[in-house]
Order: sequence, then C-alpha cells, then structure tokens
Amino acid sequence: MRVEKRLQPSPAALALASLGAIVFTLVVSSVLVLVAGAPVGRTYALLLQGAFGSLFAWSETLTRAVPLLLTGLSAAVAFRARLFNIGAEGQLYAGALAAIAVGGLHGGSGFAAPTWLLFPAMLIAAALAGAALLLGPTLLKARLGVDEVVTTLLLNFIVLLFVSAMLDGPMKDPGAMGWPQSVALQPELELSRLVQGTRLHSGLAIALMLAAAVWALLRHTVAGFDIRAVGANARAAAFAGVPVTRTLVLVALLSGGLAGLAGAVEVAGRTSYVTLDMSPGYGYSGIVIAMLAGLHPLGVAAAAVFVAGVLVGADSMSRAIGVPTYLADVIVAVSLLSVLVATLAAQYRLRLR
Amino acid sequence: MAGPEPVLRLSGITKRFGALLANDAVSLQLGAGEVLALLGENGAGKSTLVSILFGHYVADAGAIEVFGRALPSGQPKASLAAGIGMVHQHFTLADNLSVLDNVMVGTEPLWQPFSRRRRARDKLAVVAARFGLPVDADARVGSLSVGERQRVEILKALYRGARILILDEPTAVLTPQESEALFATLGQMVAQGLSILFISHKLGEVLRVSDRVAVLRAGKLVAEAPALGTSQAQLAQWMVGQAVAPPTRRPTRNAGDVVCAIDHVSTPTGVRDRLDAVSLQLRAGEIVAIAGVSGNGQVALAELLCGVRRAGAGTVLLDGRPLAAEPARMVERGVARVPEDRHGVGVIGDLPVWENAVSERLRTRTFSRGSVVRRAAARRHAARVIEVFDVRGGGLLASARSLSGGNMQKLILGRALLAPEGENVPLRLIVAHQPTWGLDIGAVAYVQRQLIAARDAGAAVLLISDDLDEVMTLGDRIAVMHHGRLTEAREAQGWTREGIGLAMAGAA
Repeated sequence: MRVEKRLQPSPAALALASLGAIVFTLVVSSVLVLVAGAPVGRTYALLLQGAFGSLFAWSETLTRAVPLLLTGLSAAVAFRARLFNIGAEGQLYAGALAAIAVGGLHGGSGFAAPTWLLFPAMLIAAALAGAALLLGPTLLKARLGVDEVVTTLLLNFIVLLFVSAMLDGPMKDPGAMGWPQSVALQPELELSRLVQGTRLHSGLAIALMLAAAVWALLRHTVAGFDIRAVGANARAAAFAGVPVTRTLVLVALLSGGLAGLAGAVEVAGRTSYVTLDMSPGYGYSGIVIAMLAGLHPLGVAAAAVFVAGVLVGADSMSRAIGVPTYLADVIVAVSLLSVLVATLAAQYRLRLR
Repeated sequence: MAGPEPVLRLSGITKRFGALLANDAVSLQLGAGEVLALLGENGAGKSTLVSILFGHYVADAGAIEVFGRALPSGQPKASLAAGIGMVHQHFTLADNLSVLDNVMVGTEPLWQPFSRRRRARDKLAVVAARFGLPVDADARVGSLSVGERQRVEILKALYRGARILILDEPTAVLTPQESEALFATLGQMVAQGLSILFISHKLGEVLRVSDRVAVLRAGKLVAEAPALGTSQAQLAQWMVGQAVAPPTRRPTRNAGDVVCAIDHVSTPTGVRDRLDAVSLQLRAGEIVAIAGVSGNGQVALAELLCGVRRAGAGTVLLDGRPLAAEPARMVERGVARVPEDRHGVGVIGDLPVWENAVSERLRTRTFSRGSVVRRAAARRHAARVIEVFDVRGGGLLASARSLSGGNMQKLILGRALLAPEGENVPLRLIVAHQPTWGLDIGAVAYVQRQLIAARDAGAAVLLISDDLDEVMTLGDRIAVMHHGRLTEAREAQGWTREGIGLAMAGAA
C-alpha cells in the first residue's frame, strides 16, 4: 500500500473527506457522552434544542456568536496575510478597557459629551487599542523577522495583567464591594436590544456589517489584493510592486482593530463592565472559527454561529442531563482537527499495490 | 562499444498520473559500456522514466531487468543495490561538510558505533584514481567550483558501486571548458566498464558524447538511432514531431539612443551574487545578451534593473533619470521585467490568472479608481493577454500555479509586454532573466520571437541567459559575466564560442 499525492484536487474526495470529518467528530463526542453515562441521542437532541430550538435559544446563540464573529474576522484578515495573530484575546481586553476608559461612568458622570460623539469615539478607541497591540509585533516581524506567534501570544498575558491592575486600581468600580470589575459603561452608550426580552443586541448588526465590509475589502479593493498577495507570496508581491511592510501594517490595524471592537461590543452589548473573566477565550476561538471558515469573511459568520450554537447548546444540555459542558470544547476542537485533516487527506490517494 | 547482453532492459514501462499518460509502453536497452542519450522536451516523460528506474515511482505496467535480474519496483534501496547510480541536475550536497563526509553520508548503518573514516578515505582515493576524478577529500564542498561539485556528485554514485550511471542534464551548469572535462571523464568511466544514461536537451552535446540516442515524445519512445549519422535537425524534429524553424533574426539596424546607462555599479559585499564595478549601456533597438554560468552576478544585475535591489555604489540611469529600487514605478517608466524564477517570483501562484495578469498595473488609473479595483477592465485586459500570448490552461479564474511552465512564462511575458488599450507608455527596456529556462522547444521559439519583436519595436532588451546558443543567436552585442565583473559588450561577430567560454571561466 502506498500513499500518492493527487495531481488534481477531486471534489468527490473533498466531499467524502468532509463527511468523514463530521462523522469522526460525532463518533468522538459520542464516546465521551457514553463515558459520562448519558444517552447519546437525547444528548444531541438537547444540544440542538438548546442552540436552535426556540427564539430564546437562537437569541442566546447569536449573542454568543457576536464576539466570535469579530475575533474570527480578526484572525481571518491576519491569517490571509500570513500574519499569525494569536493575540486577539489581549486585543479584545484592551478594546474593552479602552471602551470603558472613553465611555465609563467615571466619577459617576463620565465624559460630558453628546452620545452621538461619544459612541463612535468609544468604538474607535477600542479599535485603536487593539490595533496598537498588534502593531509592535507586526513591525518586529517585518523588520527583524521576529516570530509574531510568540510575540502576540505573550502579549496576551501582559495585557491581562495590565487589565487586572486597572480593575483593582484606577478603573475599579467603587460600588462593587471589592469585586474586581471596572466602572460601568454610561447607560446611553449601551447597545440596544434587537429582540426585546432577550440578550441579543445590535452588536450583531455591527458584526455582520463588518463581515460584509471585510469581504468587500478583500475582493474589490487594491488593499485587499495587496493583503492576499502578501499572504500568498510576499516575494512575488514585492516584485509586482505591492508595498509589503505597509500592507502588513494595514493588516495589523484591521486585525487588531476588529479584536478590540469585539471587546467594546461585548462591554456595550452584554456586560456593561470589564471583568477578568468576560472572555472565555474568544480570542483563541476566533482562530478556530477562521480556520473552519477557510479564512473567508462570510464563512466566518457561519462558523461563528456554528461554534456559538455548540457552546450554548452544550450549556443548556448539561443543565438538563449532566454531561459536562466541556463536551462543547471537544466538539469544536475535534471538528477543527478533522476538517484540517480531511482537507489534507483529500489531496492524497491510497494505492493498493 | 555495446556488449552482447544489455546491462539494463526496460520493457513496456507504462505510468499514468490520473489522466496524464507519462510513460506509454516505453522499452529501452542499455548495453554494457554504452553511452545512451535520452532526449525529450519537458513533459515528455524522461524524469518519470528515470524515477521509476530509481524506485521513486511504481510503474503501472512493464518490467525492468538490471544485469539480467528483475528489479523490484518502488524500492530505491533495491535500485542502489543493483548498481544504479544517479547524478541529479540539482546537486544534493551539504555545503558545510567536507567532500569525504558528503561521499560517506548514508553509507554506514545508524547503529554502527564508530565511523570508519580511514577506510572510507582509502576507498574514495581508489575510486577517484580509477575514474580519473581527482578531489581533495577534506575540502569543504561550499568552497568548490560547480565543476568540482559535480565531480563529487559523480563520486558519490561511484563510491556506492554504481555500474550504471544516470546523468540528468549534467552540462546545464558548466562552462564549455568544464563540459569538455566532463566528456573526457565519461570516456574514462566507460573504459572502466560503466554504462551511462545521459539525459539532455542540448542536441549538439548529445551527438558528440553518446553512442545511441533515444527520443521520448508525449510519453512514447518515438525514435532510437545511433548518434553517428543523425543530425541535430533530425533530433529536433523527433522531439517536437514536426520541423522546427529557429527564430530568424534580421540583421541589426543601427541601435538608437542609450536607454539605460549602468555606470560602475557595485552591490554591497557579503551578499551572494554581487556586482563589482559593472558598466553597461543599453541602446534602443538592440539586444544585449549577458552570457555566464549562473551564480556570477546575473541575479544581482537582473534584480538591479527590476528595481528589487539597490546599488551600493555607482549609478543606474533610465532615459537620463535615476532608476530607483521601486518595483511599483517600473510600469510607468516603461520597463518590462521577466524574472528568473517564474513560480516563486513571476506569478503569485495561489491567485487566479487574471489577477496575475494585471498585478503590476493595479495601481494605475486604468485598473483602479481610487482604492477600488475595476474588475471588469482588469478581466478584459487579462483576457486579451491570454489570447494574444496564447496562454493555455484553466482560463482566467484558474490559479496561476496550475499553468504549465511554458504557459506561465507566456503569461508573464504578456503581462510585461502588452499595454492596456488606451495606454501608450512606450516600452523602453525589457529585462529578461533566463526567459527560456526549462521550456520546450515550441515555447522557447515563441519567447525568443517576442524578444526580437520587442527589439524591432524600439525597446532596449537585456537578455541574461546561461544557454550559450541562445546568447549567440539573439545577442546583437554580447558581454560575459564572471565573479561579479562584466566584460565589455562587443558586437556578436567579435566573439567566438571559445572566447565566450574562456571569459565565462574568468580567463582571457
């Protein structure tokens, strides 16, 4: 038996491989469900119901999907240019902190500026905070070849410690009785509800518009071409006249900005405060979502809803049946691994001698 | 000459890759002490056949016998043990190790506690003496010349007891004089009982060196003939399937004004492939061909004129104004660039053909309005490029990497030479770096015709090529590059082949 690489990608092989990925994911998670001692069919039914089974379920799923969409876009834009931004988590927190810094109820009143000025200022500040964090590692990579995976990853820890210091110090909520959370956001700056009685906020609209904007940028603009060219082959791109370093800086601004916005939208839409646990790894999940979507901005939206559904559904399922919510993490992780393996496997063919 | 029993017999070798029939029932024999040349264009199936011999691929049908014994398929170790040795076109040597280390590597089992260097050194000395390939066993390979490195590659095969030697395009990297030395070596090896399979596309050498010639075309063996009595034209016809007309060059008109003046340019030291006080003038309506073995500064010169490398000292003027190292400005200054590495630099492989066709012009008003790309206009121009330059492949939307070498080169040429409708920036300078490398005869002729046409339209053409025939056919003036220095660019009639060869080696 030998393994031979195919000359032409075969759509049949890809479809078969993707199917195999789904089946494999289901098998692995089913094994875990059995180990937890629960009936497999009912578990999945509860999961689906908890994710998409009612208006309330949908609202929870979509609420959860918003930060994932934004961090997913952040990763997709960066990875398209082969700038491997692993720092979305820190950029998210930095954005959240910046949003509170601009729009928080400091001294009970906050900045005395009209809402129509303060709201965009808050979002811009958040985007700039995230972008600033990614700019340093990007320039280090462009000029000195420093690995951005390392620098962005390690910056996350620095940022989190900084946030912790802020939450315990200058930005501490005076009325929280010692609980480390920031001052609250001015109520006028909070995002409105899309569906009354649920947590679903207009951050979803913002996120979807940004996804469309990123898609349009990549497809229809010179900058988008530059980004894709630098990611595909930086040397050939430079030969064709693409300004490589300038493009990487643009990518850093976009990617960091999107992650920073994720933080601001979470604060303005869901939490109203910055706390240390406001992000259960959204920054990292964004990477998974971007990869699942094949780095396509519109695919990111679908993948974000999928992952959010799994997370929300697992929460609800675990309350009903007792299977730990970590099942959700397993499903997401295994589906990513199997999709990657499936894409690779579709390029090869097994030959029996 | 050929002995009674063939040392190597291939019978009916067939190999398919999907829909592509790479080898179609090929049957060949190699006699003892014979030199057989295997000819064919790119894609004819030579590499596949040899890879099957070597065990990299398994043939779908057919059998191989080496010295009368069947060769197990798909096992490189079996091929080595049977006495087949191969010298690749791109050497597999470790520059930081000595000659002895390179020859020894892989010959001792991993679990052997100590390396038997003295024994290996003695064996190497015996082999080198027997075949007339003197080497310094302790020299660092990185410091050797290309001809010497090839000798080490050959020794590697001989050290392992090869009795059938396969040489893949061995003279591609050698000067004429080094090629002569290689041919003498081949003679000596044959006298010592070796049989040689010689893969090449250089028709003149093939007829000089080999006893018999076998020609592959589209996977089939189309001709087998003794070298004596066969002409180059006959070989070319077998390779292509029809008579090939070499490009006719009309005699030079008087060259026009100086388009590009390179004055005492040096590039910084420490970088491989540098220029050392190079001066050259390129005039409108003439082709200046730069001969030389690759690695003597050609890359530096090409990159300098393509705007990808800065001069450390000296000036480069284009139409009287300095030429800056800014690739983005090249199109508006009328410079058309054909880089050496078409896969890695010439196109962006993952992007579709149409985006590659306009990649250099995207920032112009024709193809973008502000920041937004004019997709329709870009696609129209790309379609024109594909049509005018006969780029065949999957169409506008196929990824550039899916194009064959010849079609990729035509795409690059079309991108560089075809001006969009409505624009009339005249082409002033064309920089073509190894434009026909690795292309089949038809594509080579096409590219050469395009360069001549551009010259006739009034552009200055700089052609850098390590193919001496091409240099002598196309060059109106010829200069030779060696160790970063450029000879004076003399009229083509002022050079002889030997003279160029000597200049390539730094003598004369």
